[in-house]
Amino acid sequence: MASATPLITPVVRAERTDNPIKIDCRNINVFYADNQAIHDISLLIPDRAVTAFIGPSGCGKSTFLRCLNRMNDTIDIARVDGKIMMDGADINDPAIDPVLLRSRVGMVFQKPNPFPKSIYDNVAYGARIHGLASGKSDLDRIIEKSLHRAGLWEEVKDRLAAPGTSLSGGQQQRLCIARAIAVNPEVILMDEPCSALDPIATARIEELIDELRERYCIVMVTHSMQQAARVSQRTAFFHLGKLIEVGDTETIFTNPTNQRTQDYITGRFG
Amino acid sequence: MLQAFGHLPFEWILFAVLAVAGFIAFYAGRMALAAAPVTGGEMGRLHSQPNYHGFFVVMCTIIPAALVFLGYWLIGDNFVRDQLAGELPARIVEGGQLQLSQYIDRLSDYATRRETILTGDALFDAASNRFAQLTGQVRLMTVFLALVVAGGGFHFGRRRINREFRARTFVERGINFLLFLCAAIAIFTTIGVVLSLVFETIRFFTIEGGPTVTGFLFGTDWNAQTGANFGMLPLFFGTLMIAMLAMCVAAPIGLFSAIYLSEYASPRVRTWVKPLLELLAGIPTVVYGFFAATIIAPLVRSGAQWVNALPLVPDNFLAAQPTSALAAGLVMGVMIVPFVSSLSDDVINAVPQTLRDGALAMGATKSETIKQIVMPAALPGVIAALLLAVSRAIGETMIVVMAAGGRALITPDPTSDLTTVTYQIVALLTGDTEFDSAKTISAFALGFVLFGVTLVFNLIALRVVQKYREKYD
Repeated sequence: MASATPLITPVVRAERTDNPIKIDCRNINVFYADNQAIHDISLLIPDRAVTAFIGPSGCGKSTFLRCLNRMNDTIDIARVDGKIMMDGADINDPAIDPVLLRSRVGMVFQKPNPFPKSIYDNVAYGARIHGLASGKSDLDRIIEKSLHRAGLWEEVKDRLAAPGTSLSGGQQQRLCIARAIAVNPEVILMDEPCSALDPIATARIEELIDELRERYCIVMVTHSMQQAARVSQRTAFFHLGKLIEVGDTETIFTNPTNQRTQDYITGRFG
Repeated sequence: MLQAFGHLPFEWILFAVLAVAGFIAFYAGRMALAAAPVTGGEMGRLHSQPNYHGFFVVMCTIIPAALVFLGYWLIGDNFVRDQLAGELPARIVEGGQLQLSQYIDRLSDYATRRETILTGDALFDAASNRFAQLTGQVRLMTVFLALVVAGGGFHFGRRRINREFRARTFVERGINFLLFLCAAIAIFTTIGVVLSLVFETIRFFTIEGGPTVTGFLFGTDWNAQTGANFGMLPLFFGTLMIAMLAMCVAAPIGLFSAIYLSEYASPRVRTWVKPLLELLAGIPTVVYGFFAATIIAPLVRSGAQWVNALPLVPDNFLAAQPTSALAAGLVMGVMIVPFVSSLSDDVINAVPQTLRDGALAMGATKSETIKQIVMPAALPGVIAALLLAVSRAIGETMIVVMAAGGRALITPDPTSDLTTVTYQIVALLTGDTEFDSAKTISAFALGFVLFGVTLVFNLIALRVVQKYREKYD
């Protein structure tokens, strides 16, 4: 059983990463009312690299991701225990304002969720609420830069006033990435960013993620092990609210130490 | 015997006949299928389940009978009346059409009572008896005819049944038609109401010495009770003034409570407050009117008097009437709060959570998210809710009747008493009314204008919703 060969071989770009640690999570527990969703997870997330969370549905990977920008605060019954140190400061410290934290930690969701505004206003939204632009021309520059980095500029530069919802699904998701980049975050969280997209749009987003990792610390939840193998440098395997194994993507996919990881990546369950 | 039949509640008999016939037909249909020989076909498989065969026979039986009954409802009574009018002595017939019709009304009244009451007027009693007799004859004929056609339909339907007969197709078509009929009835009712308004309005403007159209629409003098002046502007002004005052109360309170309920309230609070708020919608408007007249109107008056007593304010700056547009408007505003809040709450809740999460994850605060993302997305629905509330305020009657006064004035002072279109319609159509005086018919013209205005509001609401609707999926 242990000798089963992995179905997925990581591609070359998933090299080892020795980058400095950006986020240091220590003994995280998450409860929804009386229901414990995350059991004592400790995890190091490196800067300027893509860390992928994989695991079967309901294993807590999205819940854990939402701890990193305190989105669980918006759920009344959710409670988060433990320390999450980002650049040496605990983000759950009462002194930390979640609004400022979220301007440093951007997020892209499973389903593209452009605001019911124009393409321009979608990207300008974060810059405006955080007062990042000193004037109209500065704002224009931020928007052009963000759309460029999200690989959308060429497609939308002539129709910035069109509603964001008029774009295709893949374009909408890149718009959401541009929107997140425009705030100039340090970390970008992605919650299954390609699960609502077709294979071509998915490939485009994956390419983009690979470019973005040179500037940002990216944490990505994915259902697709192939995707984790293609774009991530670190992979963490979650199961039943516990962190089973974490390591360099190449190691996880070729030589996992845990039996359950092996079973999952060889497609025995999940 | 015929007379006795004329006394019975005939509609119940019709229903009973139809129900019994339907019941028999259903089982007869099923039995006919069970008795049908198994033929080859698709290995003897039924095209339609037995119940469909049953319902097919029910349709064949009931529909022709129902048509006969419908015919009775449409012309039966008139037939009796015409017949009787021909038999009545000349002195009654000569009295003119109206008098004759009233006489027969009275006859019919007496004839359809359960026990025969004699008035002592020999002619009247005889005629009333004859009326019952004629009615009984017509009804008996109707039932007989209905039974004959039902029997024919029953026979026809049962004959067609065999294992390959596509009863389901017919039944589905029948259901389709039934549903269409229901929708058509609603539409025809609306058309009928509008047509009656239109015809009465035309009659109003063609009355000799009556008002002209422009005089009616743009006249500033309203004095219908004496039949002198029919300028509707003061009424229209009063309606809009009170509706506006009501919206000044209802729009902010309704909208903000909807935002509180959908965005801020904990589930516990929500489960308590939302039903309580919706309870407001269940209070009869007459209770609101009473509250406005006895509590709010005196408060408004003393408030206005206090303002008048202030230094630098002229003594008669505010009218300070015992009943006022402001009192009616304030209470009406409270009355329509639940309309605004309940509808807005629904549209705000319909904004996808992903949009809120998106904004929050950008570092927007909760109030920024609501103001910049949630509300713009919910705007079309909110506008529709507000316009619906305006329609409601314009059409509201009881509160204005009780608390708004009733003087036809055009004045910007809300503490003055004002009148509204609805108030005047009530005033014109209650008490002793003659349906051929300009005074009474002017109510229809007012109703027509009111209908037009609310129609325009609803059209605007529809346009707004269509134009600004965002599609999320």
